[in-house]
Amino acid sequence: MNRTLLLILGIFLTIASSVTGLVIIPNWQFQELKPVVKNEGQQFPAPYEGEAAQGRRVYIDQGCIYCHTQQVRMKGYGADIRRGWGTRRSVPRDYIYDRPHQLGTMRTGPDLANIGGRQPSSEWHALHLYNPQITSPGSVMPRFDYLFTEVTEPSQLTNLAVKVPVGSGRVTHIIPTERGQSLISYLTRLNQSYPFPEANQ
Amino acid sequence: MIQNQILQNPIPEALRPELEARIEVDTYSRPVIVLYWSTSLFWLTFATLAGLISSIKLHSPGFLGGMEWITFGRIRPVHWDTAIYGFGGLAASGTLLWLQARLCQIRLPFRELLLVGCVIYNLGIAVGVVGILMGQSTGVETLEFPLYAIPFLVIPYVFIVIANFNMYWRKATKHTYVSQWYLMAVTVWFPILILSAEACTNFGAVDGVAQAIANWWYGHNVVGLFATPTGIAAAYYLIPKVIGKPIHSYHLSLLGFWSNAIFYNWAGTHHLTGGPLPAWTITLGVVGSLMMFIPVITIGINHHMTMLGSFHYLKTSPTLRFAVMGSMCYTLSSFQGSLEALRSHQEVTHFTHYTIGHVHFGMYGFFAPLMFAMMYYAMPRLTNQEWSSARLIRIHFWCTLVGMLLYVLAMCFAGIRQGLMMNDPSIPFLNIVKFTVPFLMLRTLAGLILLTGTIAFLINFSRMLTRHTFTYSTPTLFTSNRRWEDILEKEKELTSKQILDGGQGA
Repeated sequence: MNRTLLLILGIFLTIASSVTGLVIIPNWQFQELKPVVKNEGQQFPAPYEGEAAQGRRVYIDQGCIYCHTQQVRMKGYGADIRRGWGTRRSVPRDYIYDRPHQLGTMRTGPDLANIGGRQPSSEWHALHLYNPQITSPGSVMPRFDYLFTEVTEPSQLTNLAVKVPVGSGRVTHIIPTERGQSLISYLTRLNQSYPFPEANQ
Repeated sequence: MIQNQILQNPIPEALRPELEARIEVDTYSRPVIVLYWSTSLFWLTFATLAGLISSIKLHSPGFLGGMEWITFGRIRPVHWDTAIYGFGGLAASGTLLWLQARLCQIRLPFRELLLVGCVIYNLGIAVGVVGILMGQSTGVETLEFPLYAIPFLVIPYVFIVIANFNMYWRKATKHTYVSQWYLMAVTVWFPILILSAEACTNFGAVDGVAQAIANWWYGHNVVGLFATPTGIAAAYYLIPKVIGKPIHSYHLSLLGFWSNAIFYNWAGTHHLTGGPLPAWTITLGVVGSLMMFIPVITIGINHHMTMLGSFHYLKTSPTLRFAVMGSMCYTLSSFQGSLEALRSHQEVTHFTHYTIGHVHFGMYGFFAPLMFAMMYYAMPRLTNQEWSSARLIRIHFWCTLVGMLLYVLAMCFAGIRQGLMMNDPSIPFLNIVKFTVPFLMLRTLAGLILLTGTIAFLINFSRMLTRHTFTYSTPTLFTSNRRWEDILEKEKELTSKQILDGGQGA
């Protein structure tokens, strides 16, 4: 056989093997994963819809993934559960509606897989996103103040307005913009606390 | 001028036609290679600036605040994408085309097509960058460019693949040199790699965890099957060429190539250790990473044993200094990477700045210096002029070395401490953040040093293009030309014959 062809065939086979092993086979394995449906008709995990789906898009375009993961490691491997980042390890079924996935690889900030359970308050998220120093002094998270409208006159208040602590200049309240509101709604929805049979293993 | 000078040297008549042919090959490929390399340096500067902004933002979050388009989560992927696809893609493609033409001893085919391709590719990067800054990132790490930028990047690469195969089929030499295996491999691997990964992630063929695996299979391989082989090919070419000695062992290079090809592929899933994946996928990643010791050691032996006894040239040759720095960092960063894949290691360092340190060790310690070495070696031959300033080369080298070391050491140390603290739930998270801040500042300093080096290189490079260079009659070297001539005098018989041998057979 021609040596050149042999070289190219060999090169091709090396990558073909890993495409099969790491791309095609895992996909087969996960294709059968379905959500768990409870008696009340609730399903876990639930697909992202409406505001939460929009908020997920904001999460992606702001690049939250570069500092935050969405995956809880198992008990005994790291301290994720002991830090209160989750009650159980994350499993593939948690992510069946994630497109694109946002597992993340960096924890400059804490894990967010269960942030909705840990911080259910929309007000907390609004203040934290508007200026992280209000809720988490010393944080290196940037301000997402452009996702909020600053209120200086009482006449501008709406029912979405969140009171800002004293010391923010003339600003008394902030009102999330549409994108800000959807991001908060996505974050408060992030919760993997429902039980899965495979998560106890 | 350098080419005349080569021909005036006392060279045996029998070698003259080959030398003349080589000069012709170089002259012919000049516009293409110069365009690829000069645009690659534009993106290197851009990526360095984007990295610097990201770095400052991470210890001083108010820096350039209030502007959505330049928020950390956008400028940070712009840094990676312009570094790997802008600088990496263009520098590696220029290297590939030049090396292949030289080693096949034929003229570069499809010159006009490759020139147009380079313009399209650059447009694609620019479009992708604007897309990310406008908030249209795909959200898939390492593949952030919006889908509309992808054709701009894929089509020019098709031209490069065709040109590479065309040269290899028509090659004028009987031998295939080690570097050529790697160059052929890159053009087979990269298209398959990027197309499978885009299909799985951004075209949505798979979701959730399967997508994460495909994502990191790609994310690891874009370094391992694109940047690494090009870097190794450059090292295999430059080291023997400059010191005038053949590669240590042909058999080792064969073993190194195939073991690298077989094992690197499988290593990617270690980026998801501890994640919600089936254990077998992670195990494959760990095994793949540990098996990488085989190619890394063989390639290391081959490069370093070739250098043995010739280290004094490091005092003199800019090309060699960058090439040896690259090959040494290849060995060290690969060892680091293999160990890093171990589960016990990942328990601490995964999710920390340690990983960022490692990436820069590989990209700025190994890949980038080899691309610089390639340019230092080839540009005088392409443009028929010498580098205008040895001092600027010296600044470039020391800034690259010191900046890179400071970056890697600061990030790796901070990362280990950060990981250990994170695994101790009694330490509040914000205390860990505050602990890392001084190290993040050190990183900014490292970034500034690297930027200084890049600017020195840019000045030297652009002087060459604008022909402000003084016409030297001898190569621009670190030590005085007098000493270089002494060395040449001593080893004359060795060099004049083996300089030619270096480029061909093992």
